[in-house]
Amino acid sequence: MNSLAEPKSWEKVFWPVAAATLLLAVWHYSVRWTATSIFPSPLQVEKGIVELFHKHVLWQDIVSSLRRVVIGFGAATVVGVPLGLSLGWYPAANQVVNPVMQILRPISPIAWIPVAIIFFGVGEYAAIFLIFLGAFFPIVVACVNGVSNVPSVYRRAGRNFGLAPSQLLAKVVFPAALPQIIVGLRLALGIAWLVVVAAEMVAVDSGLGYLVIDSRNSGKRYDLVVAAMLIIGVIGLALDLGIRRLETIKSIRWGFGNGS
Amino acid sequence: MALREVALSPQRALAAKLCVNHLSMVFTRDGKSTPVLQDITLEVSEGEFVCLVGPSGCGKSTLLNAIGGLLAPTAGTVFIDNEAVRGPDPRRIFVFQERGVFPWLTVEGNIAFGLFKLSRSEREERVAHYVKMVGLQGFEEAYPSELSGGMKQRLEVARALAVNPDMLYLDEPFGALDSITRHIMRGELLRIWETERKTIVFVTHDIDEAVQLADRVVILSARPAAIQRIVNIDISHPRDISSPRYLELRDGILQQIGLAHKI
Repeated sequence: MNSLAEPKSWEKVFWPVAAATLLLAVWHYSVRWTATSIFPSPLQVEKGIVELFHKHVLWQDIVSSLRRVVIGFGAATVVGVPLGLSLGWYPAANQVVNPVMQILRPISPIAWIPVAIIFFGVGEYAAIFLIFLGAFFPIVVACVNGVSNVPSVYRRAGRNFGLAPSQLLAKVVFPAALPQIIVGLRLALGIAWLVVVAAEMVAVDSGLGYLVIDSRNSGKRYDLVVAAMLIIGVIGLALDLGIRRLETIKSIRWGFGNGS
Repeated sequence: MALREVALSPQRALAAKLCVNHLSMVFTRDGKSTPVLQDITLEVSEGEFVCLVGPSGCGKSTLLNAIGGLLAPTAGTVFIDNEAVRGPDPRRIFVFQERGVFPWLTVEGNIAFGLFKLSRSEREERVAHYVKMVGLQGFEEAYPSELSGGMKQRLEVARALAVNPDMLYLDEPFGALDSITRHIMRGELLRIWETERKTIVFVTHDIDEAVQLADRVVILSARPAAIQRIVNIDISHPRDISSPRYLELRDGILQQIGLAHKI
């Protein structure tokens, strides 16, 4: 297949399906040839998914995980966007805060688990706090960069038309930075979905993360473990596709690829 | 000093729309100071079209930014209508290269950008008028990324004209356009200038462009820029760009800048 040639429409479907089939085949025969009794085969996982769907608890777990992500990610957005915009707008303030941020940012939210439990106890709030932390820093950083990367020609034009500083921020700087902010939000949502699963394994007794750990602990049901993992993957993909739709809004789309 | 001179020749000061008085500009970076503009004195009268030309990097844009109040001069003052310029002002609008249009707003949104003080109906009327003037009918809802370079440039001119400024500052506005589009845009700009009669200060490095457009061409020297010569373009519009007088004036300017006639 020539990499420059436009793939035919059947090829666009055929090759990804072939790759997935190959992976499933490797998985299936690995399980058979090693004759393992612990790790499930694809067929067992498929039965596991069906079993989970028939149990009422799966939907509750999905709703619990999504609720925590919505609250944690939402709070990170509500706090992070204004903070990031302000820091981008006042470089002096950013210079003060930036070193602290750069030290806190690379700390995995997982490392915060003990601290979160001290603050909030074992429970809902600790999990949400961890998601908040995971989402907060990418959002702030994206906003700071977004604001400082606004071309000076836009600011000058805004000032020229007599805009007060607050209007300049609302009508010029924010819309000009928005594509970069959206990229930060998308990154943060991905991290939030990673963190919720980890947080649910330790802090709470509901949600998809809990489902994974609970399936293992109560009878080593690895078919259900892998089934839950796949469900986590599919929902993560759906969240990403959902937030990517923001990039197609016309007043934002210019910042992505073939605009000017 | 500037004030005294205005006082000495009140009539001249009154006649001039724009009065640049012994303007100097020194940029300081890393402890090194670079003089950019040297003692520029220039008067532009109401409704006049003046082009600033000079070798690239000489400080033409710096001079325009100082005139427009986006940069504070190191020495000297700029007066407009006998009032010292202290900052940007919506009565005097800059037009940059077409990258100055806001990509997150539609054509209508861009033109309406400076009209936030008007009522809705006045704003709509103004927008429709300028959409028509720059020939963007049918593109009202389009975003800049859907427009060609020439259309974006016309959009930026429309956005500037919509606030009804008395002056326009154009900073190499057609520099990024191809030569055919640039040619058309010059014609459009002249047509608009003849109907609206704004005072225009136009920075360009294209000498033909200057001679085709301007009433007077101000030739700046290499950095630090000083005014080398001011050339009156005494040809009426529409200008025949192969007439002997046109060629004479153009060649005179080329010679002044120190460019040979032959390539």
